[in-house]
Amino acid sequence: MTATATTSLVRRSVNVVMLGLTAVCAAVTVAALLFILAYLLYQGGSSLNIAFFTKLPTPVGEAGGGMANALVGSAKLLALAAAIGIPLGFMAGLYIAEFASPMPAFALRYATDLLNGVPSIVIGIFAYTLVVLPMKHFSTLAGGVALAIMMIPVTVRGTEEFLRAVPASLREGSLALGAPKWMTIARVVVPAASRGILTTVLLGLARVAGETAPLLFTALNNRFWSRGWVEPTASLPVMIFTYAIAPYEDWVRQAWAAALVLLALVLAANIGARVLFRRPAATTS
Amino acid sequence: MSGLLARLRKGDEVAHLIALLFGLTLVLLTVLIAFQLFSNSALARHRFGWNFFVTSTWDPVADQYGAAPFIYGTLVTSLIALIVAVPLGVGAALFLAELAPPRISDVLTMLTELLAAVPSVVYGLIGVAVLVPAMRQYVQPALQRTLGWLPLFAGPAYGIGYLTAGLVLAIMIVPFIVSVLREVLLAVPRDQREAALALGATRWESTSRVVLPYARLGVFGAVFLALGRALGETMAVTMVIGNRPQIAASLFAPGYSMAAVVANEFTEAVGDLYLQALVEIGLVLFLLTMIINALARILIVVTTRQGTIA
Repeated sequence: MTATATTSLVRRSVNVVMLGLTAVCAAVTVAALLFILAYLLYQGGSSLNIAFFTKLPTPVGEAGGGMANALVGSAKLLALAAAIGIPLGFMAGLYIAEFASPMPAFALRYATDLLNGVPSIVIGIFAYTLVVLPMKHFSTLAGGVALAIMMIPVTVRGTEEFLRAVPASLREGSLALGAPKWMTIARVVVPAASRGILTTVLLGLARVAGETAPLLFTALNNRFWSRGWVEPTASLPVMIFTYAIAPYEDWVRQAWAAALVLLALVLAANIGARVLFRRPAATTS
Repeated sequence: MSGLLARLRKGDEVAHLIALLFGLTLVLLTVLIAFQLFSNSALARHRFGWNFFVTSTWDPVADQYGAAPFIYGTLVTSLIALIVAVPLGVGAALFLAELAPPRISDVLTMLTELLAAVPSVVYGLIGVAVLVPAMRQYVQPALQRTLGWLPLFAGPAYGIGYLTAGLVLAIMIVPFIVSVLREVLLAVPRDQREAALALGATRWESTSRVVLPYARLGVFGAVFLALGRALGETMAVTMVIGNRPQIAASLFAPGYSMAAVVANEFTEAVGDLYLQALVEIGLVLFLLTMIINALARILIVVTTRQGTIA
């Protein structure tokens, strides 16, 4: 009796200890996030001012100035990424979910996942050879193309996942009323899935908004306003990188402010997407 | 009436065709990336051949390029990242998917997903400002005192270098391991756990002896996926690795990685051979991550029947 009591005690303590250890792992992970947030608020909060949002960067060595051009530049790059990447990704996802037979669907999903895994710096090189080399100069357009390519896989998988989650009864109802398949998809299936698709698209945009590597040699950087779409442009992530490794204290200070603004935007989009379009729990698996 | 319907049904064919074209662009895009990288590195490939991967002279002035230091740096930093991140990520994922009460699990899961959303350049900034000084003052001297007899932990403590870069990478890939692994674990059928618990197993025994073995392929998949991320990660590594093209035995030494050299030197690369050598590094990175991701996705698909995107 004592023998079994001891083993059960040992087993139960192992259970408690291991449970505690895994909890510590989770706590460490979450602590990393909280630390990043707190540190950015501390460093960036004191550096943030109105000039940051309204002024252009000052010449080297001069204190002050802001990143108004980088904010607008990032917005333009994102707009371009959305305009190219979302329709393309949406239609491809639509094909996989609605038209493709199982084998091609699997192959395309696989290709999408592989595309998603291509390092962002490699996407940058690709956009460089595709846009910058023929045009012979850096441009907003090239940066937008690079970000658009990163938007595609995210949009494809989101579209596909949420289209698949639409109940068969909805489709069958529409088909039974005599609607052709394309009309069923356009009028019934896509509207039913639209919230979920919007969520993933928003999350995708938040992700590419922080991408630096693909912009380094496509959109480059710009100390002034970038007119139109064919001039190099400043962007928030590239500005953070440039200013962070610069030897001027005032630039480093502004890098913190920019990082705080960027992270606030990215996290707001993330939390907003989750709260506004709460995922129906049943559709994920 | 039936004529109208027939014509409308033809719309189905058109819609199918249009959607198919968009679907094919996915494949086209992947092939085009490979083609562009391949054709734009032709000069360097012909000039250096396989020597490109084993020589370590990187001298733009003499137009001599060998990528060994970068390949070494990428592999070493990724390995350090895995050594730190895998136990941490597996532990956290087990807690979130198996052991934690649902309410706590939901909150923590959302927080880890937010951690994954933090841009790489922000990790770099924090790395430079916090981790580098901390490594220089506390961690590296401490390691030197205890493990200094190993060549790995010898040499001056700069703060920057392989070890610091590996640690930043580790923090960055933990959320990926957690989120992929969580889905893998959730795909393990409930009966498996219940059977174990019904036989008198504790929660930990059911998790470690039943759930984990059942999901083992997916666990490997998650680790490979994280490795793919680590190999290609650019900004944070560039900011803390030290950017010196050398191969050093010490993990405290400044080094360089494939992604970092492309990020730093691409716009300065005057001369076709220089630029094409950098594109070739991009090509190597592309192929390496392709192979690892291809393997990872297969492992994950096998366990969850739906390759998740993370």
